[in-house]
Amino acid sequence: MIELADVRKAFNQGQHNELWAVRGVTVHLEANRTTVLRGPSGSGKTTLMTLIGCLARPTSGRVRLHGRDVSGMTERFLTELRRQTFGFVFQQFNLVRGLTVEENVMLPAYPLGVPRRDLLRRVHALLDTLDLGAHAQAKAEWLSGGQAQRAAIARALVNDPEVILADEPTANLDTELSQRFLDIVADLKRQGKTLIITSHDPLVYESPQVDRVVSLRDGHLA
Amino acid sequence: MVVNPAIVALVIAALVSSLLLLYSAGFGWHLVRHWDLSSGSELQINLERHTYLISTLVALVLATEAVSLLLFVYNADRIAPLFVGAMCAVGTLNTSAFGFPALLVKILVFFAASTWLILHHLDTRGYDYPLTRVKYGLLLAIAPLLLIESYLQIRFFLALDTDVITSCCGSLFGTNRQALGSELAALPPMLAMSLFYGTLTLTLAAGLAARRWPWAGYAYALLSALAFVVTLAAVVSFVSLYVYEHPHHHCPFCLLKAEYGYQGYLIYGPLFLATALGLGSGAVRLFSGVPSLRTVVPSLASRLTDVSLGLFFFLLIWVGILTAHSALVLLGNEGI
Amino acid sequence: MPPHPWLQRQRYLVDFTVGALGRRKGRNLALVAVYALIVFVLASVLLFSQALRHEAATLLSGAPEVTVQRLVAGRHDLIPGTYLERLGKVRGVTDARGRLWGYYYDPVVAANYTLLVSPDDPPPAGKIRVGSTLATTRGLGVGDVLSLRGHDGQPYAFTVDATLSPDSALLTADLILVNEQDFRAFFGIPTGLYTDLILTVPNPREVTKVAEKVLRALPDTRPIVREEILRTYAALFDWREGMVMVLLSGAVLAFIIFAWDKASGLSAEERREIGVLKAIGWETSDVMAMKLWEGLLISVFAFLLGYLAAYVHVFGLAAALFGPVLKGWSVLYPDFQLSPHVEAFQVFTLFFLTVFPYALATVVPVWRAAIADPDAVMRL
Repeated sequence: MIELADVRKAFNQGQHNELWAVRGVTVHLEANRTTVLRGPSGSGKTTLMTLIGCLARPTSGRVRLHGRDVSGMTERFLTELRRQTFGFVFQQFNLVRGLTVEENVMLPAYPLGVPRRDLLRRVHALLDTLDLGAHAQAKAEWLSGGQAQRAAIARALVNDPEVILADEPTANLDTELSQRFLDIVADLKRQGKTLIITSHDPLVYESPQVDRVVSLRDGHLA
Repeated sequence: MVVNPAIVALVIAALVSSLLLLYSAGFGWHLVRHWDLSSGSELQINLERHTYLISTLVALVLATEAVSLLLFVYNADRIAPLFVGAMCAVGTLNTSAFGFPALLVKILVFFAASTWLILHHLDTRGYDYPLTRVKYGLLLAIAPLLLIESYLQIRFFLALDTDVITSCCGSLFGTNRQALGSELAALPPMLAMSLFYGTLTLTLAAGLAARRWPWAGYAYALLSALAFVVTLAAVVSFVSLYVYEHPHHHCPFCLLKAEYGYQGYLIYGPLFLATALGLGSGAVRLFSGVPSLRTVVPSLASRLTDVSLGLFFFLLIWVGILTAHSALVLLGNEGI
Repeated sequence: MPPHPWLQRQRYLVDFTVGALGRRKGRNLALVAVYALIVFVLASVLLFSQALRHEAATLLSGAPEVTVQRLVAGRHDLIPGTYLERLGKVRGVTDARGRLWGYYYDPVVAANYTLLVSPDDPPPAGKIRVGSTLATTRGLGVGDVLSLRGHDGQPYAFTVDATLSPDSALLTADLILVNEQDFRAFFGIPTGLYTDLILTVPNPREVTKVAEKVLRALPDTRPIVREEILRTYAALFDWREGMVMVLLSGAVLAFIIFAWDKASGLSAEERREIGVLKAIGWETSDVMAMKLWEGLLISVFAFLLGYLAAYVHVFGLAAALFGPVLKGWSVLYPDFQLSPHVEAFQVFTLFFLTVFPYALATVVPVWRAAIADPDAVMRL
């Protein structure tokens, strides 16, 4: 479903602190599978994930989604595609402070102009499945770690994307909450979602939910 | 020299808009030279980011042009009493050779900017920014137009000279300047009306035909422009007479004043909008052959045409209503 | 029926914007305050000038259409009443008469008074009617005596019969109404001579012709047409207003720089917020639209606040801050109430001078903030 052909990504190109985070990765990721990108910090796994999820464009190389080349797409189209196809759960959760859980989860749907009533219905259904129904009106900064993550997951699911990407999901959680996260993963798998996770936590990459592990080192496949 | 806040505002606005557009055009040229959509390099990403800035700047210039057009006319009307023989804006604009040309170029800039924005909108609907070169080339053409407008406006304001009481017996030695376009004003009403209704009907027909035959779409764009000119002429030759209920008051600007209930807005507003959309629809149709826009062009063009049609139709009816409801009777008694 | 997606999108953006404005109250209040101040200053000038203009026009509407003055060696001299006969019957003139008025310099308050003979209902002999400002300045009430030095150096005592209404202060501030005999005795003007002649010409289109005829019949006179006066005042007001604007442009420039600075100086929190929005699927144009809504809401609020404050300042407090510049130089400032007068043209101009610069100042900073990389949050 997602193909990367010899993708490379550089930051600060042409300057003294030029950094090549990904140095020629070719990989094919299948739909409905859970894949973990594993590697030490600095291996480029997070950058690779941004390339897979169309959050960033490769400096060179091609990215194909469902056979369609997306590397040369304008920001407008790419963003539209990304909104429909991918949902992100960030390591720091990145909820907007000052907004309630409900408002945070609604945010990705704003540019689409979805009718408010439908949107609210969907949001509350998601929050209920993730056990956050009671906290819908709570401000984002009052949530505990586990709650915040579930809110972030709900937000990632609001546009009903095919693929969920999670960056180091268990890095800030204890064992019990990590296990809870893996339960959610199992649930999403059952719904037919594709999952791509970066992690260096054995609890994650050795979990039975994971179908495939891709190892990275220094921007290359190891 | 006449200096009042409106003039200060207009001059500043004109200069700033020119600068903005010059910057945009200059950047556009740079952009066109280095544009490579397939590249993911930082240069390309930077160029793409700048397109957002430029389109916002041009939109700002367009909005400014629209307001400044109104302000220009309003101001001309306001300072008319300062000039001997001037009874309204027409008189003010006639005080030098720069008045009406400045107004004309302002109108041109308005339509140029509106067309550009419509094309830009079309461009964003294509997944590969297909019209990039066209757009920025067009900017390079519009920029000089804005410079000319600024020049004409400034010359016009500098040339404004009033007769003041202390110098001499002003009322005796001030020359009586006559209103413009006496040819337009002198057009027999029957002829003027047939021209107006005829052109607008033709335009409407072309617009409806465009749903079936694309070439009619181009005809519609051209006819929109013609309809614009004809409607302005119609306002001077007979519509204003009916509104003022006076057989000799031809001024096209007094319609905008409070004493006539701001009726001018109901005429000029739809007119400008209809023409802008009509021209835009023609411009859009020019690119029906572009692969990434194949589905977009027909729907956008027809939407633009339809709204424009609706507005022209409204104009047609409205002028008819104004004619019928007026206490003035122009036809019927006199021979042609 | 659900609203069109574009409309719904705008509503969402506005929702978010209002929330965002609330989250940074301090910064936004400072911005609104400065913005409103600029609007206030400019609006005060415009409103005041407009009101004065309106007053002048209203008052001058009572002035005669044509005033005929006699010139001797290029200077204004007394005009004989016989000129009225020489003028004869001029078509368009419904009334012609002589007018008596003059100036008197009072060294006590270092001011000029205007003495006028009003033909209808003149004060009785030895009595005068005094303008309200004059009365206040000289401490005069009804029954008090005002002593003035006549043309022969002798003191002339006048008793105040009445003070004129303060409502007409703009016209009557320094006015003394006196009857004809007293006037002639005081200034030493023999009967038959007048200060000028006034002609009433009801039809505006005939005024020019009348002026021409006066000049032909009375070659040593100068006919002054009321429209000329109005035009002169209008030009003067315009010029003064324009100059003040140019001077204030410095303030507007400072405002632009301030606005730019405020728009560029995004806190780390704000940058993070925008980064998150980009990461979760907002496009650059969505972020820009949101920020532009922010600018619009701030502009509208500041504009209304500033304009309202200016309105109160000019019409409630009689423009305490700017009066002198625009009223002109005069020792006796009439204390008058300006009648409220708002014009669409004025609001337009004001809008152009304030909101336009603000929009300009914020476009580039807004754009810079909006082009954040979507993956920037992940790198933080």
